[in-house]
Amino acid sequence: MAQGMEIRNLSAWYGSQQVLKEINLPVSPNQVTAIIGPSGCGKSTFVRTLNRLHEIIPGARVSGQVFLGEVDLYAPGVDPVSIRRRIGMVFQKPNPFPTMSIFENAAAGLRLNGVDKRRLAEQVEKSLKLAALWDEVSNRLGQSGAALSGGQQQRLCLARALAVSPEILLMDEPASALDPAATLKIEDLIRELKKEYTIIVVTHNMQQAARVADQTAFFLNGELVEYGPSSEIFTRPKDRRTEDYITGRFG
Amino acid sequence: MTIRPNLIRPQSSHQWQDQSFRLLTLVFALAMLGLVGLMVLELLQGSWLSLLRFGWSFLTDADWDPVFENFGALPFLYGTLISSLLALSIALPVSLGIALFLTEIAPQWLYRPISFVVELLAAIPSVVYGLWGLFVLAPWVRTHLQPVLSRFFGYLPFFQGPALGVGMLSAGLILAVMITPIVTAISREVIMAVPTSQREAALALGATRWEMIRLAILPYARSGLLGAVLLGLGRALGETMAVTMVIGNRPEIAISLFAPGYSMASVIANEFSEATYALYLSALMEIGLLLFGVTMLLNFLARLMLWRLTGAVAGTRE
Repeated sequence: MAQGMEIRNLSAWYGSQQVLKEINLPVSPNQVTAIIGPSGCGKSTFVRTLNRLHEIIPGARVSGQVFLGEVDLYAPGVDPVSIRRRIGMVFQKPNPFPTMSIFENAAAGLRLNGVDKRRLAEQVEKSLKLAALWDEVSNRLGQSGAALSGGQQQRLCLARALAVSPEILLMDEPASALDPAATLKIEDLIRELKKEYTIIVVTHNMQQAARVADQTAFFLNGELVEYGPSSEIFTRPKDRRTEDYITGRFG
Repeated sequence: MTIRPNLIRPQSSHQWQDQSFRLLTLVFALAMLGLVGLMVLELLQGSWLSLLRFGWSFLTDADWDPVFENFGALPFLYGTLISSLLALSIALPVSLGIALFLTEIAPQWLYRPISFVVELLAAIPSVVYGLWGLFVLAPWVRTHLQPVLSRFFGYLPFFQGPALGVGMLSAGLILAVMITPIVTAISREVIMAVPTSQREAALALGATRWEMIRLAILPYARSGLLGAVLLGLGRALGETMAVTMVIGNRPEIAISLFAPGYSMASVIANEFSEATYALYLSALMEIGLLLFGVTMLLNFLARLMLWRLTGAVAGTRE
């Protein structure tokens, strides 16, 4: 059973501009939670606060609490580096390390943790299988990760994140740079992976959210407008703004 | 499959603009090739006498004796290479350190003044460096650095002999100071060009700052960093004035870095006006040719190294 998350009164700023306003959101373990909303609503910033990646930008600031199990990630004395080892992330644009081989890409996080050689190969194979990439690359693990197709690169990044066995998986529009076939593959993976992980996926594609997410949260102008089971959000939204958005009246 | 742009060139009435622009830039580019060609030709012609007289032994003969009309370039070759490599091995870690500090660690208010000062260093004329080297650096090396080195590392052949101040060590140090700005400035640009997505990929895996540098930045930037090293090395190889003032100007090969040496550029500068007969002048010209060749060769080797480095995991895309 994976860990869940609990976000309380979370606000975030870039300089003096507030981009997240008092977000409260529970994230259930072993479920897929989708974050939807128009461009600039703060959904990307939101996931970046969950692994403390937001704060690497100069002038960026956060207040509030994010609980991973019992631990508040923003409590004083918490090391962001150790947090990020427990929370994996896949980005919008596939970003494998271009000078490394496929194997080394998948092993990058393991090497940071000092995993011994024998377990390394085992773990790399396991994570490449989890990311449904093994069959396509098992005979050319020594080749550059940059030589793969976009969809394969994204799955390689997924394998890289999964290799260190994180508790949470954050995905920031993981399929927006991919073609439809590669997108479907990623969506299948998301559904498969929730058995072992808690997944938070940002998407601007509402069909995608409806297809993969158990819970959906709708963000607008830095506020969490509505949150609930996807089936309800997409069929019987309670808030007028949610309804406008999902029926395509804006965004 | 990529479409070659010249196959889809539009048939517009303004085509002549493109045409003439192409022609103009082509002429400029070819002029560079022509210039290099002429230079080689001129050097070959000038050093013809010496080439005929000494052949390959010019490169292996350690004796440079204008009185007896015997010229061997080995001490100068040795002096140039050793002083430049010494400079590079000091300047590279320092420059990389400054560049990484500026791009990854320094706050805005520190970034600007340090970048400015580093770039200012590059604008100081080399004769000023030379004077400073002669009057400040060399005496300091004699009274402070050399005694320490010979006490703690005196068992190594590199740090033996009398402490003179002027010599290979001082030349290496002054060259290191001189090439640090350019290596730093280019390294900084190259490191800044590493995409944010690469840094974030490493950080999101739980990399510390140092691990991020090792995992994402240095590998991504390596070809650019090699370019920085090459430019620094090029400057060190050809630097004349400052080296001449501190290297000691004695055409001898000594293992010890304390001993005086001589460099190719220095001997040309020092002895060109004294070259009273044709063979002497020709031998100096051949040293010029040699310096040119060494610079070319090092560039080529570095490129080869880079090519093998990136070729090992080369992508087929793009």
